[in-house]
Amino acid sequence: MINRKLAPEFRAIDNINLIRPEHKKLSNGCNIFCFNSGDQELVRIEWVFGNLSFDPAKPLLNMAVNSMLTDGTTTLTAAQIADKIDFYGAFLQVDYGYENSQVTLYSLNKHLHHTLPVIADILNNSIFPKKELETFKRNQQQKLQVSLQKNDVVARRAFNRAVYGTTIFGYAAEMTDYQTLQHDDMLAHYKKMYQPSNCTIVIAGKIEPEMLTLLTDTFDKDWENSPTPAVTIQPDIKAAADLFYFTEKPEALQSAIRIGTPIINRSHEDFQALQVLNTVFGGYFGSRLMANIREDKGYTYGIGSGLASFKQGGSFFIATEVGADVCKSAVAEIEKEMNLLKTELVPEEELSLVRNYMLGSLLGSLENVFSHADKFKTIYFAGLDYDYYDRYTVTVKNITSDKLIQLANTYFNFDQFYKVIVGKY
Amino acid sequence: MVKFNRFTLDNGLRVIVHEDNTTPMAVLNILYDVGARDEDPEQTGFAHLFEHLMFGGSVNIPVYDEPLQRVGGENNAFTSNDITNYYITLPSANLETAFWLESDRMLSLAFSEKSLEVQRNVVIEEFKQRYLNQPYGDVWLKLRPLVYKKHPYRWATIGKTIKHIEDAQIEDVKAFFKKHYNPQNAIMVVGGNVTTEQVKELSEKWFAPIPAGERYHRSLPQEPEQQEARRETVTAKVPLNDVYIAFQMGARTDQDYYVVELLSDILSRGNSSRLYKSLIKEKQIFSEVHAYITGSLDKGMFVLEGKPLDGISIEQAETALWEELEKIKTEGIPADELTKVQNKTESTMIFSEMSLLDKAMNLASFELLGDADLINHETAKYLAVNAAQVKAQANKLFRKDNSSTLIYLAEK
Repeated sequence: MINRKLAPEFRAIDNINLIRPEHKKLSNGCNIFCFNSGDQELVRIEWVFGNLSFDPAKPLLNMAVNSMLTDGTTTLTAAQIADKIDFYGAFLQVDYGYENSQVTLYSLNKHLHHTLPVIADILNNSIFPKKELETFKRNQQQKLQVSLQKNDVVARRAFNRAVYGTTIFGYAAEMTDYQTLQHDDMLAHYKKMYQPSNCTIVIAGKIEPEMLTLLTDTFDKDWENSPTPAVTIQPDIKAAADLFYFTEKPEALQSAIRIGTPIINRSHEDFQALQVLNTVFGGYFGSRLMANIREDKGYTYGIGSGLASFKQGGSFFIATEVGADVCKSAVAEIEKEMNLLKTELVPEEELSLVRNYMLGSLLGSLENVFSHADKFKTIYFAGLDYDYYDRYTVTVKNITSDKLIQLANTYFNFDQFYKVIVGKY
Repeated sequence: MVKFNRFTLDNGLRVIVHEDNTTPMAVLNILYDVGARDEDPEQTGFAHLFEHLMFGGSVNIPVYDEPLQRVGGENNAFTSNDITNYYITLPSANLETAFWLESDRMLSLAFSEKSLEVQRNVVIEEFKQRYLNQPYGDVWLKLRPLVYKKHPYRWATIGKTIKHIEDAQIEDVKAFFKKHYNPQNAIMVVGGNVTTEQVKELSEKWFAPIPAGERYHRSLPQEPEQQEARRETVTAKVPLNDVYIAFQMGARTDQDYYVVELLSDILSRGNSSRLYKSLIKEKQIFSEVHAYITGSLDKGMFVLEGKPLDGISIEQAETALWEELEKIKTEGIPADELTKVQNKTESTMIFSEMSLLDKAMNLASFELLGDADLINHETAKYLAVNAAQVKAQANKLFRKDNSSTLIYLAEK
């Protein structure tokens, strides 16, 4: 008979091997990083561009220019671009982020000679047709109307505005902002931003030598820089003065809560240790917040905390949606859990669990070659190197409860946190 | 090509092993052949509530999550109208912990009153968060009973009403466990950095002692052919009008399934699709428009959905959707357009092989359909579809008397 009450023996994780890229620099200044691994005959290629400095008078430019890259070039209409990509079973995505925006192509290797020229055309010859621009504005405004009915969205917007002020990080589009979008501004923005010296190409998958030749041929000699380099510096973040924001929704069944504060970013020596503290507090299913507010009280379907990190700064936040009638109690429990971390040491048993969980989670996040490329992007665009991950594993393995209580007392001051409630309070 | 080995324990548990040594991780996925369709019409939402209770401790292990997190693992689960699926990913060196945890809760739960009480609340909050406190969140609660009159697909997995969840009792929980959660009604897939020998040994050790239990014989009321156009209009506090048109279609195992899925791709997959090009870009009727199928094991739904732009009436919007459908019915589709969606399907299959968890879940789903090896023959079935079949299916499905239209009007 086996003893089912006894857990099987287990091993701690010691080695986490990250695939590091090969680096090439093209003559036009574009950097290429290659992750060559995997059995499937396919690749993911990303063209990543630094956003231009945020202009509060024309706040949508970075987002709109990126979104409309697939909407037409001097030789291809939006429909033709979509036809070509879809016909070869490829996937073309554009993604706007706060610091960088990118174009991503997923393609089978055998079709790259058909799909890559489409990307080259997009990056060289986009024209942002006026008719497409009108469609874009109209559809975005409709989607915004729907988003603004969602309490969690409204809470996130208010929170970002408070914590990041008037920067690109704090900006949330209003309906009227779409009127500021002008075709000529977009074209000028595009020419400044989407040039090789402001581009990093990250390629991951099964990379054959001839594919690399095709890629460098397409994005080197035929791709020229504009006369002026891209200016991608974002102004410093200045958080708002008011700490409390309440938007009342009399008919709400649930209230969205978002509570947090500006905090150190990835480049700070405390960051990895803070990630451990965050995990204990609200960063995994077994966290203090989940255990208390969901699994004990049943106030919510989910609650969590997280860290956001940018070059200019970062934030720590707690987010949840709770029954409207228990909103005040939920906020009180959040405060209670936070204060506990400042006054009582995290028990060794809990800490060892969190250590193993975090290492397992890192190992599990390396599912395939794309994930290795993602790990690289996280550090590269933050101006860090692979030491970051070494420090991460060393910190997670060795951190003490004393260090955690010290961190909690340094960074967690509930009274000074921004608090946003949307719904009932 | 997804390679696997397969064996069955004496108690009826089917086990599939997919060896993939490119990863240091392992996956253990268990599919239970029970979903919301197996519920009593007066106790809906129960399969899903039960899924939550599976994390409330088992007979020998008081808490489920903690020991798994301690060995670096993560887990989750989902319930659909057809199945309930649980999965664990963890470092392969600690695979045995997954066997220990999963076998104990297949053996028996702790049936704690406290857990039931809390999870009732959690699920009620989930009901509010996802279905009631969101614009358009309750659409499936309204559309399902319009399309299905007899079959249990007429309710959503979350349940018909919060009342059913509030009323759940511990005796109901025990009975449900006995009826559905036994080795005969489960399929286990173990994948990743594992060997078949190792999985056999661990399965014999941890799962073989579990009693076979009773076999559940499913006998659900089948949905009759729809004979009349159905229609419902609701007014709600939403910012935009919304139009849904749903058609009854065949079951997942029908030969025509592949044709119908490609038909939905032609209408709506990606920016080169018909609805996107014609109704968003050219005619500018909608701000967004989609077509998709539910892929249900029993008779499914083919759904069209669109939010008309300001100044477009509901009638104009509906007419525009029907015009696109009529066009396929009368003119069919060019060969190139079919090749396009077939190519996309083929590459999607290859990309899905990049994910260990996806492979494990797919193997379990196909085994439920009859044979895990179907996973390796899917692409060929999509590639074998011809344009005449697509046109024929469009004519079969897209009839007014096979349609259920749900109009969501924005309260002004």
